[in-house]
Amino acid sequence: MRSRLSHTLGTLGQEILLVVVILALFAVVGSVNARFLSQHNLTSIFVGNAYIAVAAIGMSLVIISGNIDVSIGALIGVLAVISGLLATNGYPIWLAWLAPLVLGALINTLVGCLIAYAKVPSIIATLAMLSILSGGLITFTGGRWISGLPAGYQLAQFRLLDVPSPVWFMIGMTILAALLMRYTAFGRSVYAVGSNAEAARASGISHAATVVKVFAIHGAIGGVAAVLFATQLQVIQSTVPVGLELVIITASVVGGVSILGGVGTVFGSTLAAILFAAIGSSLIFLNVSAYWLRAVQGVLILATVLADMARRRRTG
Amino acid sequence: MTAVTRVLVRHEAILAILFVVALFVLAAQSDRFLTTANLLNQARLMTEVGLIAIPMTFVIVTGGIDLSVGSILGLCAILVGVFWQNAGLPLPAAIVLSLLAGTLAGFANGVIITRFRVPPLIATLATLALYRGLAEGISQARSVRGYPAWFATLGQGELLGIPSQLWLFALVAIVGIFILRFTTFGRTTYAIGNNEAAAEFSGLAVERTKLLIYTASGFVSALAAIVFVSRVSTTRSDMGTGIELEVITAVVLGGTSIFGGRGMVVGTLIGLCLMQILQNGLSLSGVRGDGTTVVIGAVLIVAVLISNVLSRFSND
Repeated sequence: MRSRLSHTLGTLGQEILLVVVILALFAVVGSVNARFLSQHNLTSIFVGNAYIAVAAIGMSLVIISGNIDVSIGALIGVLAVISGLLATNGYPIWLAWLAPLVLGALINTLVGCLIAYAKVPSIIATLAMLSILSGGLITFTGGRWISGLPAGYQLAQFRLLDVPSPVWFMIGMTILAALLMRYTAFGRSVYAVGSNAEAARASGISHAATVVKVFAIHGAIGGVAAVLFATQLQVIQSTVPVGLELVIITASVVGGVSILGGVGTVFGSTLAAILFAAIGSSLIFLNVSAYWLRAVQGVLILATVLADMARRRRTG
Repeated sequence: MTAVTRVLVRHEAILAILFVVALFVLAAQSDRFLTTANLLNQARLMTEVGLIAIPMTFVIVTGGIDLSVGSILGLCAILVGVFWQNAGLPLPAAIVLSLLAGTLAGFANGVIITRFRVPPLIATLATLALYRGLAEGISQARSVRGYPAWFATLGQGELLGIPSQLWLFALVAIVGIFILRFTTFGRTTYAIGNNEAAAEFSGLAVERTKLLIYTASGFVSALAAIVFVSRVSTTRSDMGTGIELEVITAVVLGGTSIFGGRGMVVGTLIGLCLMQILQNGLSLSGVRGDGTTVVIGAVLIVAVLISNVLSRFSND
């Protein structure tokens, strides 16, 4: 019980740290260039990156269960194109919004089965999916962008109480996932499977079924992210954003989800996604070339992982 | 041990039969396939993947993985161009410095994995982002062209009627076969993959062996970068993106267990050839480049499934 308490405190520490870093970043960059804090810029930071935060929720579940998914960027690209094609080919808009969720869950259920029942390691299964999905997407679309989207399709441009809808999705889904992970038997089984697979098996938790469910949920959440991604502009780029899976994994890991599984919360990953978005925007306002963004992300993920390992060794 | 050897023999026999069947099918499909010119050209094209696949076989036999090889390739390619064109160094010096940088990058992977006990998957996923980020930051998306004519000999020339880089590849492959089969280092590599704790308690140099293997992986990735730049006569920061997938597919297809402990360089070579003629045959029969990555992904999953089934079979 005590170890659980200290774990909770430990991950909460990560979240408080993230909030402090985000506020400090806003203060420093804002004092160098006041336009950074303009409402226009703040809105674009959140709206343009909320889908990453949403996808990071599912990724956190996957990593907590002791797995990894490098195909999520490609999946988001494929689902966004499917959504766009449905919308432009006269299907009802609600179907274009809903189909990515269902398809995402179905595709990832298949991946989950490969991992859980056929014992293909998650890195291999999802690496293969990455190549199948991204290769298939480019072959199918030829890299053409989808335009001529019908009116009322742009879900991500809607506002409620003057707050853009992606922000509502980000907050709402983070809270939902946090409740799911904390207060349901399923949530506890995800932690159990990730922290000690043998013990989980001994206490009657089906390892395979839990992993498949985690991947199915992750796929559905990826579908939501794909809809937010597809509906933010007037066109849909039919190529997979390069390195998107790394940004999402980095958000989860920097958010305090332990790479060894079993530990972490979804609040942290959402905060980390906000931090990345803010860093990306800061580079522009500080006149640093955006080409350094990925290097900064690499340093951040490496530093977090090393800190995680050091903390684990200290606590035993 | 005999059971393991039997499975290996069987796996390689299956592969060899598959290879011959594929040769016949493809030769029947296109009369441009089974010509010396085409086969030598295919061998030229597979050299970069093949080079990296040799140390990757060692990495996977220890039960590890190196996802950063494509980023090291990209970083080293950029560094050759930058050292030569921007820093004004003579090209041979630029090549040596770039090889050093790749070795250092691999060494850094090894240190993170052995000293800080970060799982190889996560360590190299982080450095995948970091090294690619450095390549992008350093190059600022500018490509370098205009290499002197002599430099093209390595990537485009011939020696005794055989593409020059194949001699280099053959040398690296023979060194790899020799070390893995006939040296203490090779036996330590297998021991680590079979049971790392046991290997450590038997007094084997586990840390040093792993450190050397990841360092070698970095060095050979840099070597592949030089061959790549020489072959295409330009340098771009996105070079080698996704090459880790092809490398890992070749190794796993070649019978090396993704869980470590068994595998041979010869198997990797057969896996590599099989993959290359599959890609070539597909493109000759009209499938575009992106379509072949779909096939590679599918082949990777099937290869792991077969290897899982075979190993379960041998356990009975």
